[in-house]
Parts: sequence; C-alpha cells; structure tokens
Amino acid sequence: MTPDIRLNQAPAHQRHGSNIGQPLTRRDGILKVTGKAPYAADHHPKGMLYAVLATSSIARGRVTFLDIAAAKRHPGVVDVMTPSHKPALAEDQDAKTNPFMFKMELLQSDAVRYANQAIAVVIAETLEAATEGAALLAPQYQALPARVGLDADESFVPPAVGLGHPAIVEHGDTEAGLANATYAIDATYETPAQYHNPMEPHAIIAEWDGDKLSIDTPSQGMAMAQMRIGGLFGIPPENIHIRSPFLGGGFGSKGLISGPQILGIMAARLVGRPVKLVLRRDQMYGPVGHRSPSRQRLRLGTDAAGRLTAIEHQARIVTSTFDDFYEPAADVSHTLFASPAIRTAHEAVRIDSGTPLFMRAPGEATGSIALDAAIDEMAFASGVDPLEFRISNDAPVEPITGKPFSSKALRECYAQGAARFGWAGRPLKPRQMRDDKGFLVGWGMGTATFPALMFAGNARALLRADGTGAMETGAHDMGQGASTALAQVAAEGLGLDLDRVEFKSGSSDLPDAGIAGGSAHTATVGTAIHNAGAAVIAKLADLAMRDERSPLFGAGNAGVVARNGRLHRRDDDARSEAYADILTRAGLAEIEASGTGAADPAAQAEYAMHAHGAVFAEVKVDPDLGQIRVTRMIGAFAAGRIVNPKLVRSQLLGGMIWGVSFALHEQAVTDGRSGRIMNANLAEYHVPVNADVPSMDVLTVHEHDPHVNALGIKGVGEIGITGSAGAVANAVWHATGVRPRRFPIRISDLVTAR
Amino acid sequence: MKSFDYVRPASIGEAIAAARAPGAAYLAAGTNLLDLMKGGVSRPDRLVDVTHLPGLDTIEKLPDGGLRIGALVRNADLAHDAAFAKAYPAVAEALLSGASAQLRNAATVGGNLLQRTRCAYFYDVASACNKRAPGSGCDARGGDNDMHAVLGWSDGCIATHPSDFCVPLVALDAMVEIEGNGGRRQVRLEDLHRLPGATPQQETVLEAGDLIVALNLSAEACNFASHARYLKVRERTSYAFAIVSAAAHLSLANGRIEQARVALGGVAAKPWRAREAEALLAGAEATAQNFRRAAEAALAGAKPSGDNAFKIELAQRILVRALALASAGTPERIPALPASPFSIHSGALHDA
Repeated sequence: MTPDIRLNQAPAHQRHGSNIGQPLTRRDGILKVTGKAPYAADHHPKGMLYAVLATSSIARGRVTFLDIAAAKRHPGVVDVMTPSHKPALAEDQDAKTNPFMFKMELLQSDAVRYANQAIAVVIAETLEAATEGAALLAPQYQALPARVGLDADESFVPPAVGLGHPAIVEHGDTEAGLANATYAIDATYETPAQYHNPMEPHAIIAEWDGDKLSIDTPSQGMAMAQMRIGGLFGIPPENIHIRSPFLGGGFGSKGLISGPQILGIMAARLVGRPVKLVLRRDQMYGPVGHRSPSRQRLRLGTDAAGRLTAIEHQARIVTSTFDDFYEPAADVSHTLFASPAIRTAHEAVRIDSGTPLFMRAPGEATGSIALDAAIDEMAFASGVDPLEFRISNDAPVEPITGKPFSSKALRECYAQGAARFGWAGRPLKPRQMRDDKGFLVGWGMGTATFPALMFAGNARALLRADGTGAMETGAHDMGQGASTALAQVAAEGLGLDLDRVEFKSGSSDLPDAGIAGGSAHTATVGTAIHNAGAAVIAKLADLAMRDERSPLFGAGNAGVVARNGRLHRRDDDARSEAYADILTRAGLAEIEASGTGAADPAAQAEYAMHAHGAVFAEVKVDPDLGQIRVTRMIGAFAAGRIVNPKLVRSQLLGGMIWGVSFALHEQAVTDGRSGRIMNANLAEYHVPVNADVPSMDVLTVHEHDPHVNALGIKGVGEIGITGSAGAVANAVWHATGVRPRRFPIRISDLVTAR
Repeated sequence: MKSFDYVRPASIGEAIAAARAPGAAYLAAGTNLLDLMKGGVSRPDRLVDVTHLPGLDTIEKLPDGGLRIGALVRNADLAHDAAFAKAYPAVAEALLSGASAQLRNAATVGGNLLQRTRCAYFYDVASACNKRAPGSGCDARGGDNDMHAVLGWSDGCIATHPSDFCVPLVALDAMVEIEGNGGRRQVRLEDLHRLPGATPQQETVLEAGDLIVALNLSAEACNFASHARYLKVRERTSYAFAIVSAAAHLSLANGRIEQARVALGGVAAKPWRAREAEALLAGAEATAQNFRRAAEAALAGAKPSGDNAFKIELAQRILVRALALASAGTPERIPALPASPFSIHSGALHDA
C-alpha cells in the first residue's frame, strides 16, 4: 500500500531558508564573482593543444586553396584539419534524423554556405601559434554572389514554423472582419538579425581515451549532446562524459551542440591529444544560431466600441540555404487577444547565412514587438487608451483553440503594473508630454506572454543514514541560478534543510534532465525532483511503518508527513522518527528512488498554459537630436509559483533589459554585397550598458495554477523580453509621434521624420 | 599571432631610433593597436613600447599659464585633474564621454590623438580599403555607411576620425609636441590629421619615428572656460562612438559673443574645426538664430558620402545645442552623463 506522503504546504510548515518561495542568494555567486567557478575554458588537461578555426570571408562558393604548408611551417603548429584531412565520422553530417537536429559545418566539403563558416582548424601548442597558423592559411575562393536580406529570393511557405507548428493558421474570416471594421490599421515592421553574445563564448576541451570521450563544454542539453556526438563518432552515448557545471549564459545558443564544439572533438581525435577550442567573439556570428530577421505586417480592425474584429499577422523570416528553422514570429498573435478572426501566416526566404535557431523567446520576442506596436496603433486609431484596449480585448479563453487557461492573472498584471507605474491620466495623443527640461516624454506598454512548457527530465533522490540527503540530476545552470532554485525544490521534496541536501547537477553521468530551454527547466526538473523526493520518502515511510520498533508503525492509511529530517504521523504529529534512525535500524547506509517530470497530456489537452505579464515604459527623447533614453520600466508578471523570488526578479529584469535592447540597440549589420556581418564585436554590436538601463522594477503577481504541473511552476526564462520591447517602442511613439517601422529605432529615424 | 619584435627603449632617443625601421609601431596602452593586431588589420614587425619612457606622464603648468600634458598621461587621469578640468572643461567632458571607464583608465593622451577610424571596412580585412591596403578600393562606399563622413571625404575614403578628445582640442588650437629625427617641433592639432584625398593611408603628418611627447594648451584657451561644452549623439547612452559631436567655446560680453571656438566630431577624417561658424559668431548676439546660421555655415560644404544625409542636419542641430549650452555657461561639475544631451545641468539628470 502506498502511504500518503503529500508534503505539507501549510505556512506553519514552511522552513525558513530552504523551501520553495524563499529568496535565497544563488549558491555559486561567491565562486563566480571571485573567479573560482571553473568554466569550460578554464580547464587545462595535461598535454592539451589549442585549436583555432579558420573561417570563410565569403558567404557562398567554395574554398579553392589553403596554404597548409605555410601554416604547418609556423612554429608550434601541430596539424591542420581540413575537408581532406580529418577523422572519419560515422554519420552523414547533413543528415536530419530528428526535429531537434540541425546541420553543422564539420569540414564536410570545400563548399561555403555562409560567411564565418569554419573552413579549417589549426591545432598548435599555443593559442597564439594556432591563431597565426589560421591566418597563414590565406584561403582562396571561388565566390558566388551572396544572397542576403529579406528580399534575397522568392519567398515560400515553410513546411512548419518553430518546432512543428503550422506556418499558416486561420480562424474565422479575417478579410470579413477587416472589411466590417469601423477602424483598421495596416502596419509593417522590420526586426533585425540578432546574434548570440553570452559572456562565455562556446568552448570545449575534448579528451579521448580509446572510444571514450571526456569533454568540458557549456551545455543546455547534455543528454541530447551525448546522442548527437555519439551518432557522429559512432560510439555509445554513455561513453561520453560531459561536464558543464557553469555556463556563462546560454540563451538558446548552447541548447544544441554546435559545429565548432564538434570540430574541437574532431581535432582531439585527429591529433590524439586533448584539445581546447574557444570561439572568438566574432566567430559567434554564424555557426551557433541566431535570431532571424523579420518583416511583419499586421492588419487589425475593431468595431466602433474598440473591440477587435480581426487580427492578421504575417511574418517574413529567413532560414539558411541548407537547413530549416523558421522563427514562429506571428504565432504570438494566437493567444493574447480575443478576436472572432485571427490569421497568422509565415513566409520564408533562404539566404546565405548560418541557420537561424533558438534565441531567448524565439518567435515570441520577434513577434511581440510587432504585435504590441500594432495593438498600440489600433488602440489609438480606435480612440482608446492602450491599457483599456488591451483589457477590453483580453482573451478570456485561448482564442483559436477555445481552451480555458490553466490560469491567467493578466488582468491583475495590468492593474498592478499600471498602478505602480502611474499610468492613469496618460494623454491619448503623442507628443503631449514634456519634462521641465523640455525633453519629450512618452509612456508605452506591452503585453508579455510565453507558453508554460514542460519537457522530460529525471532526478534521483537519496536519503542517507547520517541524516543527509542528496538529489542528483543532470540539470543545467545557465547562470540564472537553476542549481539554487532546484536545490530548494530538492530540500522541500526531501523534507530536509537545504544545508543537509547535497545537490548534484551539471554532469552527464547524472540522470538525464532534458534541455534547459523553453523556460521549462525549473518546471520539468523541479517536477522530477519533487517526484524523486516523494518516492524516496515513500520508501523510507514504508520501512518505518512496517517496523514495529518505529513510532510510525502501523500509520497505515493515515500516512506520514516528512519535515525537518523526520517523518511524523499525520494523525498524531507527536509520533515521529528521524530519517537517520529509520535507516540505521534497518541497517541501510542509504536508500534511493527516482522521479520523472513531464507534461501531463490530459491537462494539456484540456487547458491552454501560458505565463503573462504587462510592461510599462517611460522614455524621454531629445526633440532635436533624437537621443532616446528609457527612464522608467515596470513589469508585472504572473508565472505560476515562484520558486525563488530573488532569482526570478533577476531573470525578469534581464529579459526586460533585452527588451530595451531589442527596441533600441541590437542588430547585426550585414553587408549586402559580401554577406559578411560588419559589426561582429561588442563595441559595435550594441547591447544596453548600465547607463541605458533605467529605473526598473518587477512585480510578480500571485498566480496559483493547479494544472501546469504538481508544483504549479510556469517558468520565467524568456517572458521578460516580450512586452518590454513593445512597451519601449510604443513609448517612443508616444513621446515623438513617430511610429517606429524598423528595429532597433535609430536616431536617424527620428531626425529624418521631422 | 604573427611574431614581432618587442623593444622597450629607455629614452626618447632610443625609442625614435627603434621606431624608425619600416614596420615598427609605437605601443602605448594598446587599447586600439592590440585590437587591430588581433584582427590582422595591423601587422607590425616591431612594437616599440613607450610606456616606460620617463617624464611623459605629467601635467605641467607652462610659463604663460597654459598646460603641457605628457603623451603618456592616462585619459581618466587627465579628465579628473582638477586644474585641467577647470581650465578646459569641454575637453574633460569629451574625455569622459569616450569609450568605457576601463578603456579611459588605460588609454593615453598621445595614443588617443592617433586613434584609428572605426570604419567597419577598415577593420574587416576581407574588404577593400584604401586606408589599410592602398589602391584596393573602398567598400564602405555602397556598403553600410550611415556613420561615415559628410565633410572632407574623397572618392577613395569616407571614414571618420572617432576621437571625442580631439574635437574640443582642435577648437582650442591645441599644439602637439613631436620629437623626431630633426629634433623637437610643434604642430597644431588641426594640422596633425590629414584629409584622405588620394592617400587615405597617410592619416597624419607624422614621419617615420616621430613620437608625440606632449600636448600643449595655451593660457588663451582658458578664456573660454566659463562657456564651454562638448556634446555627443550616439546610439546608446555610453560606450558608443559619436554619430556626430560638437565642441563649443564662447567668450561673452554683455550678451554678445566676442570669440567662438567650434569644432565637430564624427563628420570627417579629422576633428573638424568650423572656422566659418566662428567667424559668423564673433561679435554676434548669442541667439538661437545666430547659432543656427553658424551651424549652417559649418556644414555648408557637407555632402553625404552614402546613406548618411541625416548627419548633415543632425550635425547642425547638435552644434546649435552645444552653442546654446555653452552660452548658458559651463556646468560647475562635469555632468554625470558627460556630453549627453540629457545632461543639461551639472550633475543633474543622472536618471533623467
């Protein structure tokens, strides 16, 4: 018989400092700020060599010559890996056997598919020798004209967008909705390509021992990386040990193992010594995924009362010439606003770039800036305040599916955010507000949304005779503090104080925790941990209840409660026994049990599951010079249960700052002739600096969600960008009267508009 | 990395002798040169490290009341030197608006005068660039060029000089003290940089081995201290190069401008002294109308070199603003956001 081991969640039983809900400081913070946290590139196994990529300066064509002799003559150069001199791979590099598999450039031929593609790898005794060796290769090319930009080629309707979503979705009759609308808008917006710039570039140290491989590399998905590497090298995945305890940011770029990381492994195979390969900053612009540029056209209509009659959201995005990933930019229009007719449609163009892939809120970030701007235009056209417009058009059920939301505290987000911001009294018309120095002032808002996803993950729980516990899971901490939040869930699940729980993660020899992506890691792995904890407590309870020497003997249907390292009888709290005593008497050094976390298909069939939020921004703009400064931002988010408010606040603030970046700063500038990215460095690829980050605050709005998972967690990794970018864009319009049509908003756009 | 000799001379004489050889380059803080070397843009055979030369890191008062600033004085040290900032406040403001705190702590005065352009096609070794590879062409033309020059450019080169520091300096007739083969000489900063013409690779009038040892600012230049501003427009609030910038210095008497010293940044291959504007302002009333007339005169010869016509209007507007702020008086303290249009008053509006 399975005892009732449901953990007591009553406030009286919340242990301060260890449980879910406590604002704990991240456990590795001191290590990181003192430089003692070993990141992948900090490792130097004995005999290690350095590998440096030589990359293509053309975007399309083939390499006709590499001066390998010159590179090899350079002192310290050990070998040069090229398409004709590389270890054999067990699998076609360009095969795609699952939807999460994307093609990599592994020197499979002399063909060049995009600028910055790896065309050779120089391996040397020092980083400097390898770097110079790569320069000495002085490649020659047969170049073909580069095809770049959103108009590079005829567009086509992609087979699917994102991960298997239909490219075109039609619900109701949008043309009729627009034709019958009292007010309508038709607006087009462009967003640029954005490239991954985590502080830590992709790095790998690879060491082979026969057919066993040991690697240090940052990963958001170790088990998937094991599978991919195993397939490529023809070895069982369990022969590969990945250590990834710390990531200096991932943002989606480290979800799938990338080509350069595989090249590091190949280089180690080729030379028979451990090899380190670290991407230079400029080499991040191509082979590790990026955010597709987009051109989005939105047509909206309302009736006389300002109720939406139609939403049409068309998005043109790009993919590479050789692979398929389609940023689902328009899909964000599926869930937020009620409309009798909604149509979303994607079209794509193939260009000579690396394949665009996942970048924090892929689709949602790109699409929401356009949707938020269009909603703002529609509200103005209808003569309604944008907040009022959003509330009156808020979807009570998921518009297209008709499913009820598992929870949706968006109206509370609107109310609390607006109150904190002081939205009331905002003039409808733009260019109405000035500060006492004469700067234009504008207020804008956006609506945040991100699906509450779950992947699959596992955890193993242990209880030991010394009264301590352990939780083991191959989870990933990208820097956001997952190992702290998950340890809190573990302590809760084991009924122990946090300092009695050994939390192990970040290594592939631990239970497969799936992927840290889709804002789903805490929900997925947290659920696995919760279940593993419950299972090991159940084992412990079973031991005690069957032992007549235990005060818990015979608890039976009444069950027990785990708390502070003791099991208590639910029907008589005074009767309890310490874990250590139960195990010691049973002669067991430790007991263990496993748990899994995954989406509940029944709940998913019944409910629409999303996190929501409302973001309010104030900007000031110099009326003559066009200089923009965001001066205040308030984000109010409802994302189910908050495991660690301090970490969640940081996550949401970080997302909101990315929103500022999306609206005002970030863009890759590609030369239209060569196809090369001209600003592949952090001086010219702008992200906000401290002086760009305004007074900013985050509210988390209480939301109890009994359906998303046992713990009620929705995830906060990505939602912060959505809503924020649009809020800034709308505030710029409100300040200036100039509708941004391309992002980032440039000073030239404001200067020339007057 | 390409192998190169590294020499650390003990004296200026030794330095000049070492740097005279073809392929030699002086190394000071390296905030620009080392990046260029890593990118393969500069490939010197010999680095002559001047950072240990004695006597080049001091700020001295000249007999006439001006200042002599050693070439190795760090940007941050100079900006925070109280006497300097009081005498030449717009220069201090310009210094603090450039780069990042870390870079300013390292970068030197002499090095900053010789800062290379930020033209992406100059940095990208696969692009044609007459400055980097004479005769190869200019891929900036027809490329991404909204940040490029609107004054003094040529068909061969449309790059701009990116320094903030040099803009007020050139307005104030700063003199560059150079030691070379022929001994020591002084060159007006305005004459140090050359316009590209047909030889964009020749960026300055320096000859092989020439070493900038000091920068001199005159006592006369202090006369503008009470009405001096530097203003910079950029795509983010800090750590970004100017789209355009302006230095405005006025001497005022009874609401009339006696003299003006005006220069623009981000518009040409050199810091751009706007003498036409100065001539119009001298003797004129300090009014918005007169500022606009002066600004129009300053940009009268401007023409877009690409997708950058907006810079001509923007440069005029920033000059008008800089003149207005200068006529209102130098802030008591350097604003919290140096050179930002949002810094209207001293120390105010940090969060504005």
